[in-house]
Amino acid sequence: MSMWTWVLLACAAAFALKLLGYSVPATWLAHPLVGRISGLLTIGLLAALVALNTVSYEDGFVFDARLGALAAAAVALMLRAPFIVVVLIGALSAAGLRLLGLP
Amino acid sequence: MAASITLAVSLYGISFGALAVAAGFSFWQTTALSVLMFTGGSQFAFIGVVAAGGSPAAAFSSATLLGVRNTLYGIQIKALLRPLGLKKLLSAQVTIDESMAAATAQETRPEQRRGFWLTGIGIWIGWSAATAIGALLGDAMADPEAFGLDGAVVAAFLGLLWPRLKAREPWALAVVAALVTVLTMPLAPAGVPILIAAAAAILWGLLAARMERASQEADA
Repeated sequence: MSMWTWVLLACAAAFALKLLGYSVPATWLAHPLVGRISGLLTIGLLAALVALNTVSYEDGFVFDARLGALAAAAVALMLRAPFIVVVLIGALSAAGLRLLGLP
Repeated sequence: MAASITLAVSLYGISFGALAVAAGFSFWQTTALSVLMFTGGSQFAFIGVVAAGGSPAAAFSSATLLGVRNTLYGIQIKALLRPLGLKKLLSAQVTIDESMAAATAQETRPEQRRGFWLTGIGIWIGWSAATAIGALLGDAMADPEAFGLDGAVVAAFLGLLWPRLKAREPWALAVVAALVTVLTMPLAPAGVPILIAAAAAILWGLLAARMERASQEADA
């Protein structure tokens, strides 16, 4: 098969996976346990995304300037900085630490 | 909130476009990946496998595995917003890490709806446009790390998680989920650690509910 075929197949699979989530029967979602687990799932997924984006590297993990960005963002959040400031501090600290020679 | 996360993530699209062209994909294939596949992790995996000399079938498998978490996001967005008809198809297409995060980080239904659509549509347009720019500019733009964009993305996800960490239970769960993700990264294929973290969160909820029921029955 050509590369185009594989590209389009992978795009179709990605959309099908997304749509699959919307096909869960509404009656399942009405169960009280679902609301509670959904809240916990959000925390679990967000924490996993924070971890993934901070240390992911090829087939394992690595500690680099992104860890400094995470720490700086946490301090900004503790000081109740608005979201946009937190994001900017994340970018500036990662870029700054790299200028200082960190990987 | 939607604007800053949209900008930071969209700029990443420039590096995706540049890297995809460098890996041998045509301009239109590269753009199609962003417009149609539209899930960053899967796209980077797809071109990464091909760039490393892997088969297109292997690229398809890694990209698809990385997309499984979007199914979980879809379930959550459906529970929150219940889109119907064409809106359902559109919301499925813009269901990604960031739109799920922006929606679920909000407390009220209108804010959740606003967060989801602004972030989802905003990044869909911004990411696709940035991809096309990156594909045209090529190699010079392949290094988003120099601008600290990866740090911006980390900070954005932490900023979305933060408002939910107001008590001891969510803190404990967040630490467990982050640890599970990092520790399984070297062992499991890309895309699986986040699913293991999700499974841990579901298990946590089931156990907590069971313990509550047991203590209620003991009281009765």
